[in-house]
Amino acid sequence: MTTQVHATAQDGGHAAAKAGSHQVLTFTLGDETYGVDILRVQEIRGWSPVTRIPQAPAHVLGVLNLRGSIVPIVDLRMRFNLELAEYTPLTVIIVLSVESPLGRRDFGVVVDGVSDVMDVAVEDVKPAPELGAHVSTEFIEGLAAVSGRMVMLLDIDRLIGADVTEMQALPATG
Amino acid sequence: MTLDLAQFHDAFFDESFEALDTMEASLLELNVGAPDPELINTIFRVAHSIKGGSATFGFSEVASFTHSCETLLDELRANRMQVTRAITDLLLKSVDVMREMLRAVQHKTPIDAQRVADLQSARERATAKRGEGRAPVGAAPDAGARGAETEAAPAAPSQAAPESQAERPAHRWRIAFRPYPQLFAHGNDPLRMLRELAELGTLDVVLDAQALPELDELDPEACYFAWDLTLTTEAGRDAIDQVFDWAEGDCELEIHDEAAAQAAAEPAASPAQGDAAAAPAAAATATASPGPASSPSEPASTPAPSEAAKPPAARAAARPAEAARPAGGGEHVDVPKQGLGDGSSIRVSTEKIDELMNTVGELVITQSMLSQLGGQISGMAADQLRSGLAQLERNVRELQESVMRVRMLPISFVFSRFPRMVRDLSQRLGKQVDLKVTGEQTELDKTVLEKIGDPLVHLVRNSVDHGIELPEARVAAGKPPTGTIHLVAYHKGGNITVEVCDDGGGLDRDRILAKAQARGLVGPNDALSDEAIYELIFMAGFSTADQATDISGRGVGMDVVRRNIKELGGNIEVRSTPGKGSRFIITLPLTLAIVDGQSVSVGTETYIVPLITIIESLQLKPGMVNRVAGQGEVFWFRDDYVPVVRLHEVFGIKPRATQLHEGLIMVVEGEGRRVGIFVDDLLGQQQVVIKSLETNYRRVEGVSGATILGDGAVALILDVPGLIRAAAQRAAA
Repeated sequence: MTTQVHATAQDGGHAAAKAGSHQVLTFTLGDETYGVDILRVQEIRGWSPVTRIPQAPAHVLGVLNLRGSIVPIVDLRMRFNLELAEYTPLTVIIVLSVESPLGRRDFGVVVDGVSDVMDVAVEDVKPAPELGAHVSTEFIEGLAAVSGRMVMLLDIDRLIGADVTEMQALPATG
Repeated sequence: MTLDLAQFHDAFFDESFEALDTMEASLLELNVGAPDPELINTIFRVAHSIKGGSATFGFSEVASFTHSCETLLDELRANRMQVTRAITDLLLKSVDVMREMLRAVQHKTPIDAQRVADLQSARERATAKRGEGRAPVGAAPDAGARGAETEAAPAAPSQAAPESQAERPAHRWRIAFRPYPQLFAHGNDPLRMLRELAELGTLDVVLDAQALPELDELDPEACYFAWDLTLTTEAGRDAIDQVFDWAEGDCELEIHDEAAAQAAAEPAASPAQGDAAAAPAAAATATASPGPASSPSEPASTPAPSEAAKPPAARAAARPAEAARPAGGGEHVDVPKQGLGDGSSIRVSTEKIDELMNTVGELVITQSMLSQLGGQISGMAADQLRSGLAQLERNVRELQESVMRVRMLPISFVFSRFPRMVRDLSQRLGKQVDLKVTGEQTELDKTVLEKIGDPLVHLVRNSVDHGIELPEARVAAGKPPTGTIHLVAYHKGGNITVEVCDDGGGLDRDRILAKAQARGLVGPNDALSDEAIYELIFMAGFSTADQATDISGRGVGMDVVRRNIKELGGNIEVRSTPGKGSRFIITLPLTLAIVDGQSVSVGTETYIVPLITIIESLQLKPGMVNRVAGQGEVFWFRDDYVPVVRLHEVFGIKPRATQLHEGLIMVVEGEGRRVGIFVDDLLGQQQVVIKSLETNYRRVEGVSGATILGDGAVALILDVPGLIRAAAQRAAA
């Protein structure tokens, strides 16, 4: 049940964004709807058990074999401090390509389900409001209202970038 | 149409460096006194190709330097000068300078003009010394010089043969030029070519327009014309060939010398003209069109017949130098353009091969999944399915092996630098040393190959410097004055073994012991076997040279050699017989892409432990473990206390076994230290393909990589030295 998304080159996405609108893949986490630039999406696949990595932050669940390359998987609910959900056959992993300071990385995020692909016009994107200290909005690129629904557009480079650059030392005491 | 030549620069540099290696190797082989003319030809061809290439790309310093080098070579080739030791030294230095110049051009750094000028004048002096025979060739304006300025393709289809440089009467050439329709598509302009020909001499042009179709059928982008040309010129055949260089493969071209009888009289003198002249010269017709490699990016698709006759090993050698060297004698006459691009090999980036490896790895997993499924199916077609699956398994395995082999290169890539090094070193030290090489075709993975070079250089240097004695000392000891260093490579099991042997004085047992005691590496009263004493040279901070020469003994010692080899997952041993010589034996894995692993389970996770690190697996009984105050658990293993590393604690997993006697202890060794890794269970041994975690994630302490198991799941590979270091840190904390 693997769906390939034909993503073209990254710069194509920026060009399209400048032109006025770009396509966004939306997915749900609980009651909330998030969106990522469709050109960053490599693949959408069903949940399968992962291999744990030692010394990883809790939201990095482990790694998965994605056609021969080893891809880390992040639980977005954990990342956003949302209530945890059980992984079911309907749970979905979206594989995204991320620009980190060290180069391109492929990363999988676990979400509840994929909703739709929609066009988002640049003028419809509003900056995320400051909601107070307990809600982190640093990974939200902006909010867009599309056909009556509010979609939170994620800045995945910032969201994931930190996980691939930090190198944690082995804990001195077991 | 402008052609961006920069895109070919990498290929040019790659090939030029290889060509220089060939040149160096041939020079070293060159026998002073009785030089093999074929070798001189090879050297000449290589120099000529570099000259042509650098001129094409506008690296004029390189071109002119190489040109003057070629002038000297031409004198040698024409037997106007004797090959002497001084001349080969001069040429070897020239190779070094060319290499430096190319490197400077490649990295866009300034060329050391002084060195270039020094050598240039040294060479001019050498050329001038040869007597008053004829006018200096450097002044001959002919094909050679023109080649440097205008030569179009790096591997020009023919070489500046001596006859073309000598003054000779004007020739009448008949040229039948029949372009294929696609000529224009490749940027060729017949008009320009005709004009260029006209510049060479008197040109008579007859147009053949028979093929021209009716106007409504005419394709404006196709060439329908053909020409019969008669050219009277003093210029050589190569000058004409140059005009048609870029059109090669786009036309039928017959160049026919009306005075060919003259040329045929001395075919032996001009073998470098290759198949364009040598064999067919008798027939007075040479066909240049589908000829061998015309450009670096397009190796010849038609290997000469002699190619097939070579042993497969020689053909497998990816490097032209390797193919060219064993192929002595007349073979070069048939395959003259091998100097730069071996027709039987292509250049592929390692990335592409890695991709291929990945895909094949996936295929292996899919295949094993299918095999498992196939076992569960029953019914009419099940037998057929199973035999099909068995066939698939065989094919996939063969495919995997073939892809692995693509990454393998002969060890001659590393060995080839030693003849020169040993020669230079022994000259400087006043020693006589013969280098013998065996098994240079033994193949190993490119990554291993790249990393084994430095340790080997160190060992060979040591052998020349410390091993082989001075000639007088050797004679006094009843040995021949010339010492021998023997490099041997061979496969043994799943490993490759490389030996560096010398017939020198051997390791000095007493001096090693005295030094080790002085440095406090061993106690004054320790009783050590000879082997144990020899082992001491691998310890850090140990150097036996009384005087640190600039050749060896600069503090970087055998400990670094051993560490480098250990990092590759290999091992080094030393054997020595006093007065007879010493032998260093290096064992290396064939590849870094695959590791023999032991899978172990901890809780629900599976880990792979590299087999080479495992010493023994055992089960501890209650009471065998001692607690060292606050420093964790140790147990007695082969005369030593070994600390226990509980993998589940290090990795933070919930294990099935928490009591040491419930699980298993795997004693592993890394960087000279041992620990016992506590795991739940041992699963099985298998070869695994190593994948990097860093590609998409980051480095993880205690883990060297990951692999994909038969069921498609990921398993992490333990970094044993890393785990041991971490354990030591914890003990110290």
